[in-house]
Amino acid sequence: MATMLNQQTTSLASIIAKHKSEILSQWIREMSSATRRSDLIKDSEVQSQCARFLDLLGDAAPAGSNIQATAYEPLREMLGEVSRRRAQQGFTPTETATFVLSVKRPLFTAIKEEHAKNASEMATEMWSATELLDSLGLLTTELYLKQREEVIRRQQEEMLELSTPVVKLWDGILALPLIGTLDSARTQVVMESLLESIVQTNSRVAIIDITGVPTVDTVVAQHLLKAVTAARLMGADCIISGVRPQIAQTIVHLGINLLDVTTKATLSDAFSLAMKRAGLTLVRLDANKNGRAKGENQNEN
Amino acid sequence: MEKIPILRMGEFLLVTIQVDMHDRLAIALQDDLTNRISQTGARGVLIDISSLEIVDSFIGRMIGNIAAMSRVLDAETVVVGMQPAVAITLVELGMSLPGVKTALNVDAGMELLRQSVNDNKEAEYGSRI
Repeated sequence: MATMLNQQTTSLASIIAKHKSEILSQWIREMSSATRRSDLIKDSEVQSQCARFLDLLGDAAPAGSNIQATAYEPLREMLGEVSRRRAQQGFTPTETATFVLSVKRPLFTAIKEEHAKNASEMATEMWSATELLDSLGLLTTELYLKQREEVIRRQQEEMLELSTPVVKLWDGILALPLIGTLDSARTQVVMESLLESIVQTNSRVAIIDITGVPTVDTVVAQHLLKAVTAARLMGADCIISGVRPQIAQTIVHLGINLLDVTTKATLSDAFSLAMKRAGLTLVRLDANKNGRAKGENQNEN
Repeated sequence: MEKIPILRMGEFLLVTIQVDMHDRLAIALQDDLTNRISQTGARGVLIDISSLEIVDSFIGRMIGNIAAMSRVLDAETVVVGMQPAVAITLVELGMSLPGVKTALNVDAGMELLRQSVNDNKEAEYGSRI
């Protein structure tokens, strides 16, 4: 049985070697009618990819139809490269898999020609070719998805890093503008970067601004309370600012206890409170000048 | 056996924890500190835990207990210099140490102690001082 299978796949290799140019030209024609995306990929690139695929398939086919075999490694690598490229170029998974699957028709035509006299041989040959190409097509889709997942993961990480800046507003006053939904993983990052900055800048007051947080539910509130408590343990005061009216309503309706935390409607309110706590006041310079001028005038009078 | 030193500075006591706290050490500290407060009549205790890197729920509870005991003996307690990782751990363990005063560093802690001791004196003697 094994030798028979071997013979079949060997004959597949020989068929590919014999009819290579026909298969190639017919394949490219096939693709141009079905899923050729000339807006995304150049003709020359497709052609070279197809030629390489046929070469590698011809080399690997004698090893049998198990695509995990070492003989298939160059082909697997090549397909990985192709699906990586296509994921970047913006192809859909179907279009990417069709790259492999569309070779079936030209290949079958070649098989039909070769085994025109023997129907049963033709059927077995076609079956093994189908099996092989299907598994290669699935592999392509899998690699494509892996690539897309990789992109998503990287973007998530980047967002996580971008979305937690700690800003120094004044000597001893930090602000942490939060944007986007708070989940456990993000809270952890936010909390850590806030606490690290408190230590580094020796700040006694930290303002957590939640203007950019779309919804506050019990989980988010709990995360916020955790951050506030941790900051308090280190000896810094936290003020939560940017509480929108709807959020204030939600908080009360949900029965979340924020009584131990100072909350302010806007960041500027929180900042002026922080200044007061730090013993600082803001004075308008020209108003002061006017006042002094007035006083002098009064003295003259 | 190693021991955590308790230094006297005016009417305050200074405790700097510079080794990893284990349970027996924490209990010994609790004994020592309460004894020293009653001996010296200290009005304030400053506990510096800036070198403490690992805490568990027991040590967290001990810190809370020590602060509560000092308050019973009429001495304010301020815990200073808690590391971010320690603070996060305590919060995750559900120990927010209510009633424990905290400060960023020894400087801020001493200021806080003086202030609260002065407030207490004012409350005790009325507005005469």
